[in-house]
Amino acid sequence: MNIPSNILTLILGVALTLISLWYGQNHGLMPVAASQEASEVDGLFNLMMTIATGLFLIVEGAIVYSVIKFRRKEGDLTDGPPIEGNVPLEILWTAIPTVIVFILAIYSFEVYNTMGGLDPMASHDHQQMMAEETMESSQLLAMDNSRLALGLGQSPEGEQTPPLEVNVNGIQYAWIFNYPETGTVSGELHVPVDRPVKLNMTAGDVLHAFWLPEFRIKQDVIPGRESLLTFTPTRTGQYPVICAELCGAYHGGMKTTITVHSTEDYQQWIQDNTFAQVETDGDVALIGDR
Amino acid sequence: MEQVHPQRKWQDYFGFSTDHKVIGVQYLVTAFFFYLVGGAMAEVMRTELATPDPDLVQPEFYNQLMTMHGSIMLFLWIIPAGAAFANYLIPLMIGTDDMAFPRLNAIAFWIIPPGGIFFLCSFFVGAPQAGWTSYPPLSLVSGVWGEEIWILSVLLLGLSSMLGAFNFVTTILKMRMPDMDIHSMPLFCWSMLATSALVILGTPVLAAALILLSFDLIAGTAFFNPAGGGDPIVYQHMFWFYSHPAVYIMVLPFFGVISEVLPVHARKPIFGYRAIAYSGLAISFLGLIVWAHHMFSSGTPGWLRMFFMATTMIIAVPTGIKVFSWCATIWGGKISLNSSMLFALGFLSSFLIGGLSGVMVASVPFDLHVHDTYFVVAHFHYVLFGGSVFALFAGVYHWFPKMSGKMVNETLGRIHFILTFVGFNLTFLPMHPLGLQGMNRRIALYDPKFQAMNELVTIGSYILAVSTFPFLINIFWSLWKGKKAPRNPWRALTLEWQTSSPPIIENFEEEPVLWAGPYDYGIDTESVDGDEEVDDMLAEVAGSS
Ligand code: HEM
Ligand SMILES: [Cu+2]
Ligand SMILES: [Cu+2]
Repeated sequence: MNIPSNILTLILGVALTLISLWYGQNHGLMPVAASQEASEVDGLFNLMMTIATGLFLIVEGAIVYSVIKFRRKEGDLTDGPPIEGNVPLEILWTAIPTVIVFILAIYSFEVYNTMGGLDPMASHDHQQMMAEETMESSQLLAMDNSRLALGLGQSPEGEQTPPLEVNVNGIQYAWIFNYPETGTVSGELHVPVDRPVKLNMTAGDVLHAFWLPEFRIKQDVIPGRESLLTFTPTRTGQYPVICAELCGAYHGGMKTTITVHSTEDYQQWIQDNTFAQVETDGDVALIGDR
Repeated sequence: MEQVHPQRKWQDYFGFSTDHKVIGVQYLVTAFFFYLVGGAMAEVMRTELATPDPDLVQPEFYNQLMTMHGSIMLFLWIIPAGAAFANYLIPLMIGTDDMAFPRLNAIAFWIIPPGGIFFLCSFFVGAPQAGWTSYPPLSLVSGVWGEEIWILSVLLLGLSSMLGAFNFVTTILKMRMPDMDIHSMPLFCWSMLATSALVILGTPVLAAALILLSFDLIAGTAFFNPAGGGDPIVYQHMFWFYSHPAVYIMVLPFFGVISEVLPVHARKPIFGYRAIAYSGLAISFLGLIVWAHHMFSSGTPGWLRMFFMATTMIIAVPTGIKVFSWCATIWGGKISLNSSMLFALGFLSSFLIGGLSGVMVASVPFDLHVHDTYFVVAHFHYVLFGGSVFALFAGVYHWFPKMSGKMVNETLGRIHFILTFVGFNLTFLPMHPLGLQGMNRRIALYDPKFQAMNELVTIGSYILAVSTFPFLINIFWSLWKGKKAPRNPWRALTLEWQTSSPPIIENFEEEPVLWAGPYDYGIDTESVDGDEEVDDMLAEVAGSS
């Protein structure tokens, strides 16, 4: 049986598309998604995996095929065909990647915006903004630079539940969480499910980075500056908190956990811990009260 | 005819020589020595990482190894190895007798061995521990002298690479043989133009950053130290302004090598000469405006993250052009699967993976997840090892007959390739899922849930270690007992093959003849000219030297 080559190409193309689409959804490479942000990022990653799988198969396929098909026979001293280029083909393989990265850039922009990355409030409050407008820009620069927007702010899409604010301090090999509402201080992060959490972060010594793999977000924590992470947990459970910026010998040991509670459990946890601290350790509670 | 021309003696390779060929070999051998040193450090690190606990070496020492491995591989292996090929090949390829500034060239080389040894000596005072990026404040508080030695060595090696770059640019632009116009010079020369531009523009900024860092370290100034009101983020900007271009400094010369190797062993013209030449320049230009993609999760405001995401993604376009053109070059050719070609194909298939993961990490939301994880370690080893190192070996196998006058053993070469290819993928492929699943980089101790995959990685790295033995045996054996190489064993068209192997001191016995373009395979050049000289050359090219 002789299958015409254009039908063969068509079949190959369809197979390639199907494999890419399937693998893009079923690679299973990401850990569980425990926040709204995580599902956004995973959607983006799946698209990138789909495209990457397709390109991978095409290029590796071309290489393997060439190696099998276009081998020099022993003793053959002639050259291959003198093809020095092909303008339409070259335009095609310039245009396709251009379109792909254009789509990826727009999609990434959308995801990043949804995650709150472009929130102008990420580090300003309204009064500061007003104050700035009346100020010389040079003066502004001279002021403390903590007011440059850093990190992820409120998502423009989310309903306006006021976020739970937690102050985070990174010091060599530990994270310290401070709940200003209640004065709770903890070495682990506890948050309620489905309510935005806003972390105001700074570092006490060197650079650290606050990373929640199951939430797909990360932000460096910088001494002398404040950075910000806002996210909405969607899945109860306990997940790792990891430092992802080299901070010294025991950098690998600088980790703790984040526990996402149901709303009731969270209230319980806050109560237990605020009470316990006032009882047992007045100093800590005092620091928390400031 | 070769006998009457003076040849180099082996002693010449150990002294101050201004012959670009000697200097090229000196660069290559020195760089390879440091590759073995840096590789040995990587093996210790991998052995440590076979288990989750820091039981083999102290975590401080792990960080020292990690810092030294990274810095050695970049500043003492890949960058000098690129300069090695440039020194050896440029004058031969453009048909001249030496570089524009031979003396400067020798000085540039002779900075490297003392610089490298000085750098290794930092182990005696406590090697630097802040990673090859050396971010303050950490770099200011983890041992003064190791860090200072790191700074001084990088400054020295940067100076060497600047001197080299000036030389390459001048030589390529001013010393080409009369009838070679810029569009008929070999693509390797184009890639060295693009590389040198980056070296010249980027290195001074790195130097400035390091000098300021040095003041902070020694004199207690606070340019980058927040404790004194300084700004550590400014250092990151200055560092990456050089160090992103540096990744192109480390890969562009090897793109050039690939553009030379593929046409010869596939017996086909390079596909899209101008597209490859100009895309190199485009990469080099774009490479200057993408640096903050290393700082997406750092002190970079949102709009700036978006800007650098866009510029970074655009680089995929010229890079894609190159990859597709290389594939089209071998397509339909007559491929000889010798060691050189195997490594070139290994380059194509591994660099592709590094490129695909590169576009992914350019996307800010995704990078916020994987930045500073093993996903990134996987990505840059696919580019630096799968890209640069594979292409480097392709170049070594391709030009070894020219450099030494001896053929290599192909069987050992193939064993070397297979071990390298298998070991490489086994080492670095599993690092992708490791990073995605939550393993951060630069750690001596890790979560036990990652142990199984780390064991696999460590086994892969042992295979890589073993792969260097067939290579070394091959080189020594071939030098000693290898078959004598004819002047043009590959029937290649670039000018370095028109002279003896190894070339005589003045490179060419007589003026080389430009009777064909560098990649005119399959084009009927014989009928072009009936000239006697040309016929002689043709006979030589056909292998009857
Ligand atoms: C011999 C095979 C190699 C192995 C097994 C290896 C392994 C490693 C390991 C385990 C790390 C540390 C990762 C971490 O803790 O974050 C590392 C880092 C690094 N490697 Fe390699 N590597 C190899 C070859 C190379 C080559 C050829 C290059 C460059 C041409 C290179 C460049 C780097 C760089 C720049 C770093 C980063 C260092 C830092 O984080 O400061 N490696 N490598
Ligand atoms: Cu840390
Ligand atoms: Cu970069």
